[in-house]
Amino acid sequence: MREMIISELSQALLDLRMGFAHYLPRLIVMLILAFVGWAIAYAVKVVLRSILRLIKFDKLSENAGASQLLNKAALPAASEVLSRFVFWVVWLGFILLGVGVLGILGLQEQVAKFFFFLPRLFVAMFIMFFGLLAASFFSRAALLAAVNANVPSPRVLSLAVRSIIIVFVLSIVFEELGLAEQTMLVAFGIAFGALMLGLAIAFGIGGRDLAQRFLERKFVRAKKEEEGEDELSPL
Amino acid sequence: MPSVRTEIKLAEETFLTDDFLRQLINVGEVDILVGLPTHNNAKTIGAVVQSIQTGILRWFPRDRAVIINPDGGSRDGTRELVTGISIDDLRPVSNLHALRTLHCISTPYGSSPSSAVALRTILAAAELLRAKACIVMSPESSHTEDAWISKLLQPIRTDGFDLVTPTYRRHKFDGLLITNLLYPMIRALYGLRIREPYTHEFGFSGRFGAEFLLNNVWDDGTGASGPELSLTLAAITGRQRICQSFLGQKDHIERRSADLVPALRETVGPMFSALDSTFPAWGAVTASQAIPTTGPDHEVLLDPVRVNRKRLREMFSTGVAELEGVFHSILSPTTLAELQRIAGLEEAEFHYSSELWVRTVYEFAASYHKSVISRDHIIQALAPLFRGRALTFLMENRNGSAADVENNIEGLCLEFERLKPYLLQKWKSRE
Repeated sequence: MREMIISELSQALLDLRMGFAHYLPRLIVMLILAFVGWAIAYAVKVVLRSILRLIKFDKLSENAGASQLLNKAALPAASEVLSRFVFWVVWLGFILLGVGVLGILGLQEQVAKFFFFLPRLFVAMFIMFFGLLAASFFSRAALLAAVNANVPSPRVLSLAVRSIIIVFVLSIVFEELGLAEQTMLVAFGIAFGALMLGLAIAFGIGGRDLAQRFLERKFVRAKKEEEGEDELSPL
Repeated sequence: MPSVRTEIKLAEETFLTDDFLRQLINVGEVDILVGLPTHNNAKTIGAVVQSIQTGILRWFPRDRAVIINPDGGSRDGTRELVTGISIDDLRPVSNLHALRTLHCISTPYGSSPSSAVALRTILAAAELLRAKACIVMSPESSHTEDAWISKLLQPIRTDGFDLVTPTYRRHKFDGLLITNLLYPMIRALYGLRIREPYTHEFGFSGRFGAEFLLNNVWDDGTGASGPELSLTLAAITGRQRICQSFLGQKDHIERRSADLVPALRETVGPMFSALDSTFPAWGAVTASQAIPTTGPDHEVLLDPVRVNRKRLREMFSTGVAELEGVFHSILSPTTLAELQRIAGLEEAEFHYSSELWVRTVYEFAASYHKSVISRDHIIQALAPLFRGRALTFLMENRNGSAADVENNIEGLCLEFERLKPYLLQKWKSRE
């Protein structure tokens, strides 16, 4: 009995030693990968931040309206956020690579999924950024055109243009990320339909007086011109 | 050998149709070329063409001349009217006789009008026909006189000038964009007092025309709108010999305030754009000088006009309020705050001072240079502010005499010159 206990204990210790001997090099490799990954990620972060500052990415982000969103969320400048994000993605990639070396069943599948997801994440971010840029550009174009044409409530028009584009962009982003595609499709349909219905109601009922004033202004102005009011020629 | 180079380039390019080239070859070489770009001008074109023909027969009977009519897709028979008018129609009235064949070629260049394509066609024709002197005439003016041909051509033919810009008899409130922005700013920046830097009636030497044709404004898009202003600026920066010639009364067939944004795009757009490439030419200029002028450099009509001042003020105030976010990107906080202050004033108290207007324009120019937002958006954003300045100009000169109006414009010009260091400071600053 005593010998049996000693034998089992010895076997357990042996197994532990074998296991430790088996995993220690892998653990060291993982730690080395994590450290090297940190160094590479840090270097990438510094280089990317410099490039983004050089190409005035913060200004571009401000024009896209992304900076305002970041400000509201008390986050730093867009170039800083992006470079930090890339740092974490790169480092996390190395850590997961190291975890993969450990050979823990189940984890390897998750690691593969992460690397498979990365390109989609970057494409989604790309779409999101340029979508915001387009939303900002077209909403400003609508605002300027409305102000110069003396259309009532130009900001509402501008906001409507921005909202439509952002809703559209978000639906593409979620589809790209593969997050609840069906739900997003339905949500997009509902949101877009609601927006259009809201606009129709707003213009049809809520904006009745506004439309009346607008039409009056158009026709009364035309009448005034007929009565002999001079328009100045800029050139 | 710029001439041969240009001809080779023109032959290779496709913007001149084969039919047009064939007609040009039939004409041979000419001394005088008159460009007449049109688009649905049937109402006025007959009188304009007759004036041009009379002018050529009366003032240049011995010269070989051609009228080139690039048409932007007229559907009212404008082209037929241009080519259908014969010199014989003039004889009973003016007793003029042609010593040479007066050619007239009309060529369509597209389905919609483009002043850039029209001017480029005229310049290309002038180069191919080796014209010594060229003029471009407006098809809209109902006051065109045959003497205008002489007034625009003679300084080139006899005095060797390269560009002749017109001066007009105008209503004191006509052409406010020119008197309140283009003239004073070009004067302050480039140091030349050209009263009408943007015009549809002007003359130029064949040599300068050929040089401008080789200019890259056609390819880089800067000449796509307002090529007339680009031509004037090219003459200034190229140190060409420029003079002014008084023509007479200028009129506008269409008077629409809604035309302000296209007008800004055609004038302020090319001017701001040219500032980038011409910085060495304007950066060091500190004073302005008059240029040779035949006749008065301006005449002012004082007829009373009815202008809706309330609407101008409303559009200014609405613009300042609604475009606050846009102005944050373009203007300095001090200028924006001042604009917001005057936007809240009643009409009687409203005053957009010369200094504030000059600072506004200079800040717009610097923001355009730095492309803080889309450049076209910057130009569009200037429209409501210009309305505010126009309102102040109207109120200041409502009962003013011609001398008062001129003093007012001169004061504004001096303000533009005085604040030029402010533009340089904004231009060079990184923010």
